[in-house]
Amino acid sequence: MQTNLAPARPRTLQERILRGRWIGKILLILLLGYAAWAIGRQAVESPALFAEQVKNGLQLGFVYAMIALGYTMVYGIVRLINFAHGDVFMVGAFVSYFAISRVELHRWLASLAPGLPEGLTLLVGTLTVIILSMITCAFLAVIIERVAYKPLRTAPRISALITAIGVSFFLEYFGALDFVFSPDFITYPRPFPVQVWYIKDGIHPLVPGSEAPAGSVLFSNIFIIIALSSIFLLVLLNFIVRRTRVGKAMRAVAYDKPTARLMGINVDGIISVTFAIGAALAGAGGVLYAIAFPSIVFWMGVIPGLKAFVAAVLGGIGSIPGAFLGAMIMGQAETLSAGYISTPMRDAIAFTILILVLLVRPTGILGEIEREKA
Amino acid sequence: MARKVNRSSVLFFGGALLLFAVIQTLISVGILTDYYSNILRIGAVMAIVSLGLNLIYGFNGQFSLGQWGFYAIGAYAAADLTYRWSKLHTANGVTVLLMVALFVGLALWGLGRLLSRVRGLDILSAFGLYLVAVAAATYLGVRVGGTLAEPVTGLLNALPPKLASQLVFFFAVLLAGVVAAEVAYLFGLPVLTLGSDYFGIATLGFTIIVKVLLDNSDTMFGFEEMKGARGMIGIPRETTWFWVFLFLMLVVVVTRNLLHSSEGRAVISVREDEIAAKAMGIDVARYKNLAFVLGSLFAGLAGALYAHINGFLHPDNFNFIRSFDPMIIIVFGGLGSVTGTIAAAFGWAILLEGVLRLFLPAGFETWRFVVYPLLLLIMMLLRPAGLLGSFELPFLKRVLPPLKASTPGAAEAKGGPA
Repeated sequence: MQTNLAPARPRTLQERILRGRWIGKILLILLLGYAAWAIGRQAVESPALFAEQVKNGLQLGFVYAMIALGYTMVYGIVRLINFAHGDVFMVGAFVSYFAISRVELHRWLASLAPGLPEGLTLLVGTLTVIILSMITCAFLAVIIERVAYKPLRTAPRISALITAIGVSFFLEYFGALDFVFSPDFITYPRPFPVQVWYIKDGIHPLVPGSEAPAGSVLFSNIFIIIALSSIFLLVLLNFIVRRTRVGKAMRAVAYDKPTARLMGINVDGIISVTFAIGAALAGAGGVLYAIAFPSIVFWMGVIPGLKAFVAAVLGGIGSIPGAFLGAMIMGQAETLSAGYISTPMRDAIAFTILILVLLVRPTGILGEIEREKA
Repeated sequence: MARKVNRSSVLFFGGALLLFAVIQTLISVGILTDYYSNILRIGAVMAIVSLGLNLIYGFNGQFSLGQWGFYAIGAYAAADLTYRWSKLHTANGVTVLLMVALFVGLALWGLGRLLSRVRGLDILSAFGLYLVAVAAATYLGVRVGGTLAEPVTGLLNALPPKLASQLVFFFAVLLAGVVAAEVAYLFGLPVLTLGSDYFGIATLGFTIIVKVLLDNSDTMFGFEEMKGARGMIGIPRETTWFWVFLFLMLVVVVTRNLLHSSEGRAVISVREDEIAAKAMGIDVARYKNLAFVLGSLFAGLAGALYAHINGFLHPDNFNFIRSFDPMIIIVFGGLGSVTGTIAAAFGWAILLEGVLRLFLPAGFETWRFVVYPLLLLIMMLLRPAGLLGSFELPFLKRVLPPLKASTPGAAEAKGGPA
């Protein structure tokens, strides 16, 4: 609609309304105003509860970010909405469950060197469990990519999408079989004991079994480990994508596949690496999610997967900072709308936000305007 | 102009009648038990939904995952009407929904006429105006429909009860389709301007929003009889083979006639190349809307029929993951193939509800959804262009070639409206 000609100055009221897109803006302002009023009113009443909600939102946002990055990277490179990604996340959680409950992998250092302090051995053990899940998920994703997606690379995109749905179904319902993950909810054994602190005039540890004083903000070592490990992995990812040869190749393949191939880049290899990195992040996300919400089941990946996907779209699919931003928005939107507006409607609110953002910015918040590619 | 009766249409309608008669006899005699006729009815319902999606995606190229949401709207709307008639003995559902549909339709049409004169209105503003108009029209419709409920109930009670319930059912199905179409029009107005993948995601969001609303239909919206997440029961089981067949034929004929008209060629030209279509003077937004609304109307009809097969509805039936079922069906049937879609829908129903339920060995019942995606994968890898490829019954033969991803720019819609 935009031309290079300078538009004439708006004269009438009607022109002003139209040019300023005022009707739509008023609609949005009313909506935002309502949300701000609903949240703000109660936030002023009890700031501690509000801080608690924001913290929960951050925790959720970090986990969503880990999943969203896999979606966004795969989409950026092969333009495929990899619906199986949420189920890779689920597999990550289950791998860590088996590692902890069957092998007691989180205690390996304690059994090798009994003299070390327990906190250190459990920390190392937890990290080992996360890394194991990441590696397993990476292998799984590469196998999926080779078997299911690679043969369809030249087929219409819808075929690959249907295949992704098929893979997702397969992972879920194969996992639901009795001898695999079983169809029931499983209580997840956390690899470390939970320690809670409360903030009120400084940080104090909360003695188990006692109540925190009113008006204090609680946080636990679960929050710390989720925040630290996801920030570390995100920084690592950013480093890989921006500073290494593989990352450069990934960006080149995302930008223009045929030319990248002409430049001597192993395109298929790079696509596999992308799937592997994305799945590794999802696997780590799965472990962290299970630690935060310790009940796992074969379909647990569907909803977080979907939310993370929405987050990726919200931030602009294909953009890594966008996925992170989108995930943070989704996390906050979910906890704040559950806490202050309406719990059963929180998914509807999340998707309404998505649709509204797409209407205002059709390619997401940080997304580039789509170029026509040959 | 005298209508030429050509051989292919005689063959088509004759064959269809014969097929209907044979299956109806088999059902009446009792050779096809309830279980098998159920599969056939579900197959027909899936065929209707998928034909709707095929119109949107296969012929118009808009990647929509919202079909299942419109299906859900149709199902619940119709179920509520017939439930109110059969259990609560009032026709207020029918009159209210009729009036709402009427007033909303008028509001959408009138506002559309009005806004078409205003140049430079942005989407969000237009959407806001439509929203206000629709809200006002809905309110008006509820009030007017409420006052009409009494006399209409009396009128229907004067009829023989069987006829009255069939009449209510028929109106419920039609109204469900119309309501789904109106929602589609309102939702499609802003969303259809998005690019292909983003449109898909927004429509996926629509499906999820509908499901969440249905989950809370009793607590938040006051539809006690829908029972929210517990599932709606006690819907009269009115959907017979006759009704599904009638509506399937209706949908097939409408689709076929649309595609053979200049409007249909315009719809297809949008899929082939939007820019070229625009350059040919085709109102791209209008035809996107047309296909989306018509496809959603079919989804609403199908949903209404589905609701009355088992007499039971649960929001989980309308989970977003199931919104891929029609997508799977149209891809297997071959995008942009009517015959293929129908065949694939029946094949899907027979495979999923029949074969995989009956013939998995004992102890392997839970493998149903393990085998299904494996078949899906194998099929996709072996025949990515669909099972039937580009086969089409002579009556349904298109005027334009089927969708080919490798031949862009084949905009042959020379007969588009000037």
